[in-house]
Amino acid sequence: MKTKKKQNIIIYIILVVMAFVMVLPFIWTVLTAFKTQAEALKVPPQILPSSWSFINYVKVSEVLPFAAFFLNTFLMVIARVVCAIFFSALAGYAFARIEFPGKNILFTLVLMQMMLPSQIFILPQYLIVSKLGWLNTVKALVVPGVVSTFGTFLLRQFFMGIPKDLEEASVLDGCSIWKTFWKIMLPLAKSGLVSLGIFTALFAWKDLMWPLIVNMSIEKMTLSSGLVTLMGQYSVDYPQLMAGSVIAILPMIILFLIFQKQFVEGIATTGTKG
Amino acid sequence: METAKKKVKIGKRKRTTYLYGYLFIAPTVIGVMVLNLWSVIQSFYYSFNEVKGFAAPKFIGLANYARLFGDAEIWRSIGNTFLYSLITVPLGVLLSLVVAVLLNAKIKGKGVFRCIYFLPVVSAPAAVALVWKWLYNKDYGLINEMLSAIGIGRIDWLGKPSMALISVAIVGIWTMVGYNMVILIAGLQDIPKGLYEAAEIDGAGPFAKFFKITLPMVSPTLFFVSVTTIISSLQVFDLIYMMMKPSSPAFKSVESIVYLFYRYTFTSYNKGYGSAIVVLLFVIILFITFIQMKLQKKWVHYND
Repeated sequence: MKTKKKQNIIIYIILVVMAFVMVLPFIWTVLTAFKTQAEALKVPPQILPSSWSFINYVKVSEVLPFAAFFLNTFLMVIARVVCAIFFSALAGYAFARIEFPGKNILFTLVLMQMMLPSQIFILPQYLIVSKLGWLNTVKALVVPGVVSTFGTFLLRQFFMGIPKDLEEASVLDGCSIWKTFWKIMLPLAKSGLVSLGIFTALFAWKDLMWPLIVNMSIEKMTLSSGLVTLMGQYSVDYPQLMAGSVIAILPMIILFLIFQKQFVEGIATTGTKG
Repeated sequence: METAKKKVKIGKRKRTTYLYGYLFIAPTVIGVMVLNLWSVIQSFYYSFNEVKGFAAPKFIGLANYARLFGDAEIWRSIGNTFLYSLITVPLGVLLSLVVAVLLNAKIKGKGVFRCIYFLPVVSAPAAVALVWKWLYNKDYGLINEMLSAIGIGRIDWLGKPSMALISVAIVGIWTMVGYNMVILIAGLQDIPKGLYEAAEIDGAGPFAKFFKITLPMVSPTLFFVSVTTIISSLQVFDLIYMMMKPSSPAFKSVESIVYLFYRYTFTSYNKGYGSAIVVLLFVIILFITFIQMKLQKKWVHYND
């Protein structure tokens, strides 16, 4: 029993040290964002700010249109998630359950794209968007995420795991394929759809290179690409830089804290089934 | 007569089924053809052309590739990228496994730790990079302040060529642990508890249990995590882009393949050469995937 207790103490020490390393950058960022530049640059460092003022947040949002960044990011994420879920569910279901000529070849075609590094698509996709006259629009931000080959693969796996009886019963009742899909199969695949949604949202949120390339005008930037501009302008004003970083980090952290279980399950499923 | 009628009926139903199948896959297949397949073909095509600025492509055969092989910049960026992988993958995967195994034990407060370790995963890399840049600051950064408090001198984390890549890699590991941890915990939870009970009856200690049961049983998940981590580490861009100034003396010892691709394609608008670089990246990843598939049979223990 004693060794078990000793073992647990060692486990806790390791976990706490790791947790400290993980969380310290966030704490320091938040603290810095409350300080004045003079306080931030003190040696040895002043840990707490003298006053808890939000002035740096105000100043940084005067310099950059954070409301627009937020809106653009939000629209991009929502549009990519809706498209990925809807189109992948349709295709995933068809590849899992509907028989039609050429199915295997077409599925292989989809699967092959998953093996390629995404950078190989970027320049031609940029040229397509540019030809359509969509540069500097929210539409441009969505384009690479319209279809999801990974999502198609993931949801196909999901549909294949659902027992066939329910579907057969609904076909015997005279339901059309669409109705069977929409009313019976889609609700059964809910956890798969949520996982794909979270996975898509997370990667859209973190995307930097694409928004950087297609939307150069400042009102059409995302939170990530907007921060690049901030870095150029304020290479010295650290409290304002950190205030900007907090604004860019906080929305997703709040979402994560609310939907923690779904996030963790979503990543676990996309990791183990994908 | 009867059978012929039946056949027609079945034929019609079959055709309706086909139609549904094609309609269901249409958005995805059309999207993949336009956005992916066509794009890959285009990238290959451009790599055989000179495409400067917005001028029309001019066919130059293998000239871009000939230049690629003689280009010291390319070799250096490949070296940087491999070094980045060599640092982040073993350390990152090992740390993720340690944390996953510890959090899989029967202890209190698991949820809180899991939540904290996952925070970097949901933070945008652009913001994370800015935060670490501030922590790494040579004169005022928290890391150097803490080091000097315990008597270690200040380190120019991002400015010193021999240090910069390691500094970026540390951030890479920091952002990766939570993600891999969650996948590994899912793998660990699939191990039948009975195996451990049987081992305990046989008198096996924690280390014997780890090496004889946990490691072999979790090896498929561990393999998956390693493969995805290697491939994503070869595509490192965001952290370098945000943390390193191209004018920095250390920039050359950090610049990755994808950064070089970005620089040629989108800042100096030499799209042909940029495309040749991205094709090279594709070949490297293909080669590594191939090796991994070969190794998988040897190393990974599959239950069935």
